[in-house]
Order: sequence, then structure tokens, then C-alpha cells
Amino acid sequence: MELPGGLLYTAEHEWLQIAGDRGTIGITDYAQDQLGDIVYVELPEPGSRLESGAVFGVVESVKTVSDLYAPVSGEVLERNERLEDEPELVNAAPYGEAWMLRLRIEDPAQLESLLSPEAYEELTRQEQNGG
Amino acid sequence: MSTAERDIGARLAFDRGSPGRRGVGVPSWEGERAPLPPAGLLRERLRLPELSQGEIVRYYTALSRLNYGIDSGTYPLGSCTMKYNPKVDDLMAALPGLAEAHPLDDAGRVQGVLRIGCELQEALCSLTGFAAASLAPAAGAQGELAGVLMVKRALADRGDLAARRRILVPDSAHGTNPATAAMAGFTVTQIPTAADGSMDREALERELDGSVAAAMVTMPNTLGLWERGIDEVAELVHAAGAYLYADGANLNAILGRARFGDLGFDVAHVNLHKSFSTPHGGGGPGAGPVLCGEELAPYLPAPVVVAEEGGFRLGRPPRSIGRLQQFHGSYGVLVRAYAYLRSMGLDGLRAVSEHAVLNANYLRALLVEAYDIPYDRGRVLHEVVLAGTRQRREHGVRTYDIAKRLIDHGLHPPTVYFPLIVEEALMIEPTETEPREAVEDFASAMLAIAEEAARDPDLVRSAPVSAPIGRLDEATAARRPDLRWLPAGDD
Repeated sequence: MELPGGLLYTAEHEWLQIAGDRGTIGITDYAQDQLGDIVYVELPEPGSRLESGAVFGVVESVKTVSDLYAPVSGEVLERNERLEDEPELVNAAPYGEAWMLRLRIEDPAQLESLLSPEAYEELTRQEQNGG
Repeated sequence: MSTAERDIGARLAFDRGSPGRRGVGVPSWEGERAPLPPAGLLRERLRLPELSQGEIVRYYTALSRLNYGIDSGTYPLGSCTMKYNPKVDDLMAALPGLAEAHPLDDAGRVQGVLRIGCELQEALCSLTGFAAASLAPAAGAQGELAGVLMVKRALADRGDLAARRRILVPDSAHGTNPATAAMAGFTVTQIPTAADGSMDREALERELDGSVAAAMVTMPNTLGLWERGIDEVAELVHAAGAYLYADGANLNAILGRARFGDLGFDVAHVNLHKSFSTPHGGGGPGAGPVLCGEELAPYLPAPVVVAEEGGFRLGRPPRSIGRLQQFHGSYGVLVRAYAYLRSMGLDGLRAVSEHAVLNANYLRALLVEAYDIPYDRGRVLHEVVLAGTRQRREHGVRTYDIAKRLIDHGLHPPTVYFPLIVEEALMIEPTETEPREAVEDFASAMLAIAEEAARDPDLVRSAPVSAPIGRLDEATAARRPDLRWLPAGDD
């Protein structure tokens, strides 16, 4: 399973990449693997506001529908329009081409509560073993 | 398998036959011709299949032989209660006096039809411990919607609706529960499941306040487990001024043994097509009567059957949420349920729940070594939820693969990937009508697949290999659906 360093993670399997007060959000390799073939991604409009921990969108795979949770609060600057026609990108390149949103981060203090790559890896290991 | 059967997926009726071939000879019309509609509404060419009678009979016979139903084998779809439906119930529903009754006929001419409705209302009330029922909902989800709309109207009548905008739903619930709450205009708050498979009591207490309209609880729940302390849950919900709704999809587990009304529920729906004998593999028709105590009875959907001195008539409860459909509900399903109840009797229904639970526990015991069982209490009620997590971790074989491989073993796969809180879930409900040998056969297939997963995981991952059609490309079908198929040559 791919797990890039330099990103922050949530227990709900989103990743966040930071560049100054800007952040990019997507879902993890583990998440896409669990979901299976993804067939639909629903994302909020640019200009809308994300609230940390709240549902901001939906991914649908052939076997299930899953909510997306905001890692931090902020304003949506851009969303990845390609995912509308090519949801399979989420399976192929969850950390690259299948980024979901770019946002302006409101409160850098919220980053404290996110997981390091090591902590996230431990979490997925527990999920796998816990069954 | 015959060539015709193998061929069935590749060539539809449209691709068969030959131009000019006919199944029946239609005499030409010599009389007056009706004027044609305007030219813009007419097509020059209408491509219909052109086959001889023999060809079309073979075509449909081949299709029918590909069908798998409860009359052909075990059909253990968890939460769907695919039990064998006694043929006598179909016969009763087909009696001309019942099947041909018209919904607009005079009450005086259909007293027998109405009496069945009335007695079914009474029987369902006595089985569920409620005071009143409406048979109008045409399916479980419509029964749910009716129940939640009744709660909404009752809250409005007591001036409390503006404050109560939330409905609590456990994370193990059927998807229809949150969908119902949202459709009725409420927001949904999810209650997590505790390690023992019941609702997390602390989370429930934390969420229960003056903003809650109702809690919707499936009893027993989708893990096939009794919601522990449901009477205390009812007290907490009522103390907060909210209503407690029972999703009765799993009624088969407790028939004749526990009643929603006695447990403290205010309103419930039951699925007649599941527990009471209507074949429902094709997705319908169903019936989802809604039942309630005295307090919510004035809000029941119309019509309800009323018994009076002079006979039976259709009535409308005083504060009814209204009609759910143009006519009176899925009457054929109601007749089957009535016939089933009358032929089983209370002792028979107790035997149903006893054998349903016994079969599920026998299956659990046969599979407990080979598969993981999350939220395990050592026993279950009507269904057992296994997890393919060990097979995934050790052999890279997923529940999806296991389900497909069951087809090669000649069996219908169980419900998979539900409830959502169980990873790689296999939700198996054998029901009471499977004989011991059928439960053992199903378990043998599951054990064989667990072994195959270890010995030859590629085989399991490529299943089904013996079915007329292998794995479908579900991802492309969902991403780029081609909903308007045309025969070759048409555009």
C-alpha cells in the first residue's frame, strides 16, 4: 500500500497536503483499495466552506457509498473536475491526478489533530487485523 | 447446459429469427380504419423481433432455466428473508373473487375482500403488540416513510415540530432508515454500534435531547442480534420527548415471541413479503403495513378497514397523513399474508421463529472456525454476519470473490458488504424453511471455498467459471451506463 510521507492523514482515510495556507485533499490508497472500483465522486462547489470533521462529499464504488470528511475547515478554491468523468482516477492515482479539492485553510491549529504517515499506517494495520 | 442456454446472453430476441417470420397468423382487417396520428408522431420502421412460435418458446424456456429462485435452491440473502412461500397462499390470492375485485367497487359488494383486510390488521396488531394498523404502504420503505410522517404530524400537532428536527439511526441500519428520515425532512444523526453489537448507549444518551424527533431501531438488528436493553432505550427516548420507531424487516426472528409494542416501540412497519409469504426475488410487489399504539393511531395513512355493525368499510383516520398511492395497497400480498397467518396459527409462527433461529445458529456453528465473526456473542438470531477479512488478509481473496464462487457451487450468494459496519461482510439468513441438509450443503460450499481461497486463490478470484456469464464489468457499467440498447443496424 502506498503511503507518501509529507502528507497528513485522517482516521476517515483522507489525506491533506499543505502549502502555506493552502491545502489539497484526496483519499488514501488504502481507502480506494477498500472501496473497490470507484464509479462516482460528488464534490462541493468552489466557494463553499468545509467544516473540520463534517461530511463534504461522497464517493460511490460498485459495492458501497462512502462519505468524505473534511480534515480541516476552510474555503474550497478549486475542485478536480476531471473526477466527474473519470472517477477511476481515484483507483489509479489517489495521491496524484485524483486530488479532490484545493482549499484555503482557516485555522492552522487544526492540523495538530491530523495523523502522521506512521500513525495512519498503524491505524490501517489495526483495521486490517481487527477485521 | 444447452447451446441455447449458453447463447442466451449473447443474442436477444431481437438478434434472432428472420424478417417476415411470424409466431401467429393475424387475419387482415376488413372493417373501418381509424385515422392515423399526425405524421410527426409516426415512425417509418418499427423493429420488432420476428420469430416463429417455436423459436420464441425456446427462447423464453431457455431464459427461465437460467433463473435461480427459492423454488430451485437455498437463497440465503441476509435481511431479505427469502423463505419458501407455500403455494396455497398463491392459490388464495388468485381466487377470482379476490383477484378480480375492483378498488372502486361498492363496499357492499366486496365485504369478503374488506373482511380479510380487517382481520389482517387485527392479526398484525396482535402479533406486534400494537393498537392499530394501516395496510396501505406498498413496501417496507413506504411503511417507514408513513411511520416517520405520522411522527412528524404528531409533533406538529403538539407544537413541537420546529424544535425536533433530528432522527437518530444506528450505523448498522438499513439504508432505507436514513433515507426515510431525510425524505420526511429530518436530519440524520448516526449512533455507533458498541463492541457487543448493540447501539452504543452512551452515544445515544449524548444525542438524545429536545431536538430529536425519533430514534429508528431495527429489531433484531442487521447483525442478527437482539438490541440489548431495548426497554431502557425506549424509556430514554420517551423521556427525551421523542418517538421510538421499529424497522420490522427482521420480524421473522421474533414471530410469536416478542412484540414491538411490549418492548416500548411507538410505531413500526413489517414486511409482509418477507415474513408472510410473498415471492419477492424479483423486487416486488411487496406490502409494508405500518402499526402503532393508541397515541399515533389517528395519523395512520388512509385507507384503513373499519368494522361496523353493518359490515366493513374503508375509512380515513381523523388526522391521517393521507394516501400513499392512488388505490388501497398491494392487495394480493395482503391475501397471501392472511392465508399464511391463518394456515400457520400462532403455534406455527412460533415454530417459524424457532427454526429460523436454529438454522442460523447451526450455520454459524458450522462456519465459525473458517470465517471471522465480528460482534460475536456466541449465538445469533435469524441471521449470521460473517467477515471475509481472514481470507482477504491471508490469501487476497475478498468477500466479492467468495460470493461469486458460491455460484459455481450451485448456490445463490448471500447479501454482501452489508451491514456497512462489518468489513467484507457476508450476511447469511437461511430462514426456517431450509431443511437441515440444505444448511449443511451451504456450509460445505462455504468451507470448500475457504479451502480453495488458501489453495488456489486465483480460482476463487476468477469465479464464476461455470455460470453462463462470467464476471460482469460492473465498474464500466456504473461509470458509463448504456441505457438505450439498440439492435445492430439501428441508430
